[in-house]
Amino acid sequence: MSENQSGGELEPQTSDSIFATAKDEVIGTRSGMFGASGGSDTSGFGGLVTNVVIAQSSPRPYGGWFDDAVDFLAEVLTEQGINPAEAIESVAVDRGELTLFINRKHLVPVCQILRDDQDLRFELSLGVSGVHYPGDTGRELHAVYHLTSVTHGRSLRLDVAAPEEDPTIPTTVDIYPANDWHERETWDFFGIIFTGRDDLTRIEMPDDWPGHPQRKDYPLGGIPVEYKGATIPPADQRRKYS
Amino acid sequence: MTSAPHATRGDFADESAPQFEATGGDWDKITEEIRQLGEERIIVNMGPQHPSTHGVLRLMIEMDGEHVTEARAGIGYLHTGIEKNMEYRTWVQGVTYVTRMDYLASIFQETAYCLGVEKLLGITDDIPERATIIRVMMMELQRIGSHFVCLGTGGNELGATTVMTAGFTGREEVLRLFEMASGLRMNNAYIRPGGVAQDLPAGFVEAAREALVLILKYARELENLCLANPIFKLRTVGIGHINLAGAMALGITGPILRSAGLPYDVRKANPYCGYETYDFDVPVSDGADAYDRVLLRFEEIRQSVKIVEQTLDRLERTAGQPVMVEDKKIAWPAQLAIGSDGQGNSFEHIRNIMGTSMEALIHHFKLVTEGFRVPAGQVWQTVEHPRGELGVHLVSDGGTRPFRAHFRDPSFNNLQATSIMCEGGQVADVVVAVASIDPVMGGVDR
Repeated sequence: MSENQSGGELEPQTSDSIFATAKDEVIGTRSGMFGASGGSDTSGFGGLVTNVVIAQSSPRPYGGWFDDAVDFLAEVLTEQGINPAEAIESVAVDRGELTLFINRKHLVPVCQILRDDQDLRFELSLGVSGVHYPGDTGRELHAVYHLTSVTHGRSLRLDVAAPEEDPTIPTTVDIYPANDWHERETWDFFGIIFTGRDDLTRIEMPDDWPGHPQRKDYPLGGIPVEYKGATIPPADQRRKYS
Repeated sequence: MTSAPHATRGDFADESAPQFEATGGDWDKITEEIRQLGEERIIVNMGPQHPSTHGVLRLMIEMDGEHVTEARAGIGYLHTGIEKNMEYRTWVQGVTYVTRMDYLASIFQETAYCLGVEKLLGITDDIPERATIIRVMMMELQRIGSHFVCLGTGGNELGATTVMTAGFTGREEVLRLFEMASGLRMNNAYIRPGGVAQDLPAGFVEAAREALVLILKYARELENLCLANPIFKLRTVGIGHINLAGAMALGITGPILRSAGLPYDVRKANPYCGYETYDFDVPVSDGADAYDRVLLRFEEIRQSVKIVEQTLDRLERTAGQPVMVEDKKIAWPAQLAIGSDGQGNSFEHIRNIMGTSMEALIHHFKLVTEGFRVPAGQVWQTVEHPRGELGVHLVSDGGTRPFRAHFRDPSFNNLQATSIMCEGGQVADVVVAVASIDPVMGGVDR
């Protein structure tokens, strides 16, 4: 697919075969037409099963400055003796935004390069946010880093996954001190352990709180409310369509 | 020396160290006891319920005499699980949640959230021009209101009650306009995915023009009270210092970053809502202290007034144009009208769905109870909030509810600067430094 698109260009491109292992980020499946469950879908399409994909691994060219940024990053990674194909799991361009899926083992050098390389200069970190994808087997917990380059007026996103059994991701506080509280929040809410720092404590929940509330298997809680004779169940037990 | 019971005291509490509890007017007794101990190094816990900590912020300060040797901020006292709750409501209902995060800058959360949802839906270019103009106007009015509160409460924390009353008087003009447009003074839930909840009422533009005159008058009054006042200058000049390198490393944005000399403003750096078509300046200074942040906020109020004036001209030009996206699969079906109680659903609309069109009733019902589906994916949207760069990370799994909604609140991030700004200074300066960060705990804890 990529050969067709880059076929007519004179400039030799960094082959995107280095991301040959790239695959779409499938986070689950959806069945039926209307999201109804419990046999109430009489449309005849109840057997449909579709994959839910949050990021499609994109073919080159990515467009705009995205190609250059990925090439620079791959180049410096190679100089440092890191195989870019291993560090960058895949590259997704979606809705005009660049997402790099980074192998957690290489997150720290990738951040260091993104911050320091003069062609990249993502010097402003806008924090870390966690996402829990129970359907993404083996990669359930994601930490998402939002980086901005004030110098070049660009921003990109790093998506780093860890399995629930081993929810560790190396800390980036040494490179982006701004991530300090954001990592604590992500630990607090998702239980992602950021290794290499000794002050990873809860920040929003009380110190002795059990569990990590924003995981999908953590209940929302709530009680039924009676109003004018009718009982309204708590929000997480109401009928849902998705 | 007392040992009051603590609900949250853990095993780690050092019972051997002398502890004092102050809740009001018993300072003389405590200082006397401390003096008798002959200990110079004390740790003071300020807050979370303290009139000068700007909300339920807890400060832990280690002092050597009057000097702060270490300062740490403790947060989480206003955590309400908004992000988790949003995962159980439709995309439209999310607006009523995000507006309650940073309650002094509701419109910014609403706009950032709606821009994110629209990006996910791929309808960014379909938003009617008038809706975008209204959004810009509401945001800039909100910025004025938020800065008035910041300056006013900041003054109050210094002991200048007049500054506080003058600040709130100025903000009142903004709230009056908000009430006129949305029916609510705070927590408006006015910006909706696809546009805004309803068009501006008749006479709004004229009311806004009158309010702008008053806003400038109150801002000037506040400036006259503060800027040349020797006490105010003694308390703020050189206080709460953080240089550009420190601010960048800590991800500090907004007036604090601009007071350190970098004119970084998302409205210029990465424009949204057509900000590139408005004529305004980004004020910047290099004092990197609390005084310069006050100066910048005054100047930002004036720049916001300038932008609002431009939006009013455009609003006059676009009068009568739609304020909600055309796509009936996304646009909220109901319309509001003024009933006998001042608010209510449009009688025309009710008559249509109840009396005329069964399809319209089904459509209304499905859209309101089930909501619309948003294609799977993740987006990141930032806007320039009065306190810095507000980021929204939205993830959709293709359903009718957000799979994950995360807000990068600027005051959450900026509070990390508490230690750098306070350590090495006097304990009285802690209050000034925190006031210059202008944290709003509703946004910090969400």
